[in-house]
Amino acid sequence: MKAAPFDYHLADHLDHALELLDHLGNDVKLIAGGQSLVPMMAMRLAKPSHLVDINRIQSLQQINLQEKSLYTGSTVKQKDLESSHISQAIPLFKQALPWVGHQQTRNRGTVGGSLAHADPSAELPLIATVLNASLHVQSHNSQREIRAQDFFLGPMWTSLAPQECLTDIHWPIWNKQFFGSRFLETSIRHGDFAMASAAAQINLNPDGTIQQLSFGVGGMGATPIAFPSLSQPLIGKHLSSEAMHELANQAILLTEPTSDLHASASYRMNLARTLLSRALLGAFEQAQQHPQ
Amino acid sequence: MAQINSYTITIEVNGQSVTKMVEPRISLVDFIREELRLTGTHVGCEHGICGACSILLNGDPVRSCCMFAIQANGMRITTVEGLAPERGQLSKIQDAFCEKHALQCGFCTPGMLIACQALINKIPQPNETQIREAIGGNLCRCTGYQQIVDAVLFATKISSPNPEQ
Repeated sequence: MKAAPFDYHLADHLDHALELLDHLGNDVKLIAGGQSLVPMMAMRLAKPSHLVDINRIQSLQQINLQEKSLYTGSTVKQKDLESSHISQAIPLFKQALPWVGHQQTRNRGTVGGSLAHADPSAELPLIATVLNASLHVQSHNSQREIRAQDFFLGPMWTSLAPQECLTDIHWPIWNKQFFGSRFLETSIRHGDFAMASAAAQINLNPDGTIQQLSFGVGGMGATPIAFPSLSQPLIGKHLSSEAMHELANQAILLTEPTSDLHASASYRMNLARTLLSRALLGAFEQAQQHPQ
Repeated sequence: MAQINSYTITIEVNGQSVTKMVEPRISLVDFIREELRLTGTHVGCEHGICGACSILLNGDPVRSCCMFAIQANGMRITTVEGLAPERGQLSKIQDAFCEKHALQCGFCTPGMLIACQALINKIPQPNETQIREAIGGNLCRCTGYQQIVDAVLFATKISSPNPEQ
């Protein structure tokens, strides 16, 4: 239960971190909050020869509001996103962040760290997927933008290359009028890994038809899953509560969860169906009741 | 395998500055216990589940098994030994733990005290929901948590004047 030996490099600024990643070869890991990586190293599931610490890079710790998105640097602490006034622009954050670990882990854990770790049951990857956030990554000699729906490839597996660093995330902000969102989760103990989670976000037109809709589930497969193929055909249409139950049903039939100690695959499907259906209904009712 | 270096770190521990050499692989909780000999902080699961190793890092509760000592360089930490105002005394929250029987075996207690202290630093008179949320990341196998909640309510009640009495 002790980490294997490694060497430690504290990066002062982003270019320094990218240079270190470039020089140190493939056996190097970035460390931010370390709330997943340090336990994995303690259990020797990860044995990097080098750690590059990006915690003290100021430029990666900014949160600010842009015209149509919320910008977060990758090492913004989860607690800072939770308590930030600016992050209210995306109500899903306030709804989901209390479910991210415990206060002791949110005080260290970072937004980008959770995304790059890519646990399929984690909350922030689900929100990124549902909003199809834009993730900006850089290496020593290149930079690119990856949409969340292309970023998560499998459990603890993303499209990040070993020499790349996730630098910032742009979370789309939706229209505030006729808006509703809901995040729901079930876990054995609050703060533990989700058995299943669901998130839904909706914008209605003044006549009650759907202007924009996105929803997804976590813990139900190798990655968090959004369902654009189910939500897109509903744009411009009315949706009854029966139709929402049916929509949740169709979505869950597309998932392939696994069984584990805590829940069988069929239990997970029932649970996720209920959570998703409630999330859709909750978001829809909020959008109907609170036109701002 | 990389060549293993040791590095000098300076941490403010319970108000005193400490400078030591560490290997990067040494976790903060091992540093606190083995190097500083402050064995009040307990090491339980060593992978961020039980909360027994909780300390205050720059005033915020964190799990000291989930970071390396070298990452705390230049920071300020408070361990359970630093909660009491003076040697031989107890803090209000520690006193309330005795009064309300909020511990039995005592293994979780340092982490519980840190979590509760962090709570009342932020919310001087928390309600039961806030207390349960604050200790949600700490496992206790003896008390069933009720006496811990009672202790925090007790500590925060007596510490403030109640206008109704």
